[in-house]
Amino acid sequence: MTGRRIMAAEDIRRATIRISHEIVEKQAGTDGLVLVGIQRRGVPLAHRIADAIREHEGVEIPVGALDITFYRDDLSLVAQQPIVKGTEIGFDINGSTIVLVDDVLYTGRTIRAAMDALIDYGRPQAIRLAVLVDRGHRELPIRADHVGKNVPTSREEVVKVALEETDGEDAVEIERRPGATAGSAVA
Amino acid sequence: MSIGADRPEGAIPAPVHWAHRHLLDVDGLTPPEIDLIMKTTDEMRDVLARPIPKVPALRGVSVTILFYEASTRTRVSFEVAAKNLSADVVNIAAASSSVSKGESLVDTVRTIEALGADMLVMRHPVSGAPYLAAEVFGGSVLNGGDGWHAHPSQALLDLYTIRSRLPGGSLQGRKIVILGDVLHSRVARSNVWTLTAMGADLWICGPTTLLRGFEAWASCGAAGRRFTVTSDVDAALRDADVVMALRIQKERMASGLLPSLREYAARYGLTKTRLRAANPDCVVMHPGPMNEGVEIAADVAVAPRSVITTQVTNGVAVRMALLYLLAGARHAEGGS
Repeated sequence: MTGRRIMAAEDIRRATIRISHEIVEKQAGTDGLVLVGIQRRGVPLAHRIADAIREHEGVEIPVGALDITFYRDDLSLVAQQPIVKGTEIGFDINGSTIVLVDDVLYTGRTIRAAMDALIDYGRPQAIRLAVLVDRGHRELPIRADHVGKNVPTSREEVVKVALEETDGEDAVEIERRPGATAGSAVA
Repeated sequence: MSIGADRPEGAIPAPVHWAHRHLLDVDGLTPPEIDLIMKTTDEMRDVLARPIPKVPALRGVSVTILFYEASTRTRVSFEVAAKNLSADVVNIAAASSSVSKGESLVDTVRTIEALGADMLVMRHPVSGAPYLAAEVFGGSVLNGGDGWHAHPSQALLDLYTIRSRLPGGSLQGRKIVILGDVLHSRVARSNVWTLTAMGADLWICGPTTLLRGFEAWASCGAAGRRFTVTSDVDAALRDADVVMALRIQKERMASGLLPSLREYAARYGLTKTRLRAANPDCVVMHPGPMNEGVEIAADVAVAPRSVITTQVTNGVAVRMALLYLLAGARHAEGGS
C-alpha cells in the first residue's frame, strides 16, 4: 500500500472490540442480534465482531453476507464491476435486530441498497450500522450507529481498507485519487 | 462516484469487463466472458430461490419481446426473467401485430424504439434478422433465435446445465453428443460454439441427410473448433457423458430428408436401450418441445438423469444474467 496510513493492525483490532461491546450495550444484551456483512470486506469484519462477542458474552451471534450488486442505483457500474459476490443469509431475519457491517461509509448509497436488499428477505425489528471508517460526504440521510474511526477526507482522496482475510494484511490508508486534479467533479 | 472505488484494485480479482451491447450469437464470446455469464447466472439462481424472487436491478428499463415464431418456453422465459429484474415488459406476438398487415421488420423496430423500448428480445424465422434490427435499434438486441443460425441463450443455458451436472463444472475432454435434426437447428449451431470453447469432445450425430454443412464445418476447423460428425449413433453414444436430443423439425423439413418419423425413431431415437452404451451417469438433455416417441423415448425424458425441466428453470436464470449484463453495457456506453 502506498498511501498515508491512518489505522494499523492494532488500531483495527481495538476498534473492532470496542464496536462489539457497543453493539451489545445498545441492545442491552444479545437477544435477537444478527450481523450481516456487506460484500466484500464487511463480511470478515462481521465475523471478527461475532468472534469478539463470543469471547466476552459467550454467545454465538449469527453472521450473514449480503451482496448489494443487484440493488445499486447506478447500472453503469455493471460493465466495470460485473462480478457478483454472493448473498448468504441462512437464518430468518423477521423480528431480528440486524447490524449491518461495512468497511467504509461514504455517500451512503451502498447502505441504502443494503437496506432494500434486506427488506426483500423479511421484516427485521431494527437495522443498525457498524463501520470501520466513516469518511463523511453523505449524499443520503444515513448514519452509522457504531464507527471505528471518523476520518474527514476530501473528494480527491480514496480510503483503502486492507484486511488479513481479503488482502493479507490489516491496514487503513488514505491516498490521492489517481488522476484527481484540484476542482475535478465527482459523480 | 463509483461505490467500489474505495476498494483497492489489487485485492479484487480482475473483473472481466462486459462490453457487448447486443447478444446476437455466441461465436464472439471469449471463455472469460462465458465464465462471467455462468457466475452471474449462479447469483440469479439464488435470487430465484428466494421467497420473493425479484431484484430491482433493471428498474426503469423497458424490455420489448418481439417473437415472429411460435414459442412457449423461450418467450415466457424471457418475460419472467425481465420481470424478476423489475423491468417493464411488453410482449409482442407478431401474428397479432401490424406485421400481419405487412409492416417491415425495420419499421416495426423503429416503432418499438419510439414507444420507449431500451432492450429488444427477438425471434425471427430468417437467419440474420436480429443483425438488421441491431443496426436500426438504439438500445440492446438479444437474439432469441434466428432461422437456423443461432440461439445464444439456449446454448448458454445448456452449458450452465451441463456444468452443474459434471464434477467440478468442467467440460474439458467430456464426450458430449448432439443427436437429431442438426441441419435445421440453431440450438445445435450455437452449442457447437460454446461447447468447443469449453473444451468438450463434441460429437454431432444424425441421419446423413441432416448432417450437411456440419461435415464441412468440422473439416475446416473454423476458429480452431474441432468436433466429430457421424451418422453412426452407437459410436456416438458410446461412453458419452452428455446426450442432447433435438426435435425433428416437422415444419422445417423439406420432404425427402427423412423417409418417415417411424424410421427415424427406430434408427436414431434416444431410447433406454441405446443409452446403455453411454456412461451410466450420462446426462440427458432436450431443448424442448419434445416429440416423445420420435427423437426421445418418453421414459428417457422423465428418467432421473434427464435434466430437461432443469434446463427450463436454468433458462430463466441465464436470461436474467444476460439482460442484466446487456443493460449494464448500454448504460456504460451512455456515460454514468
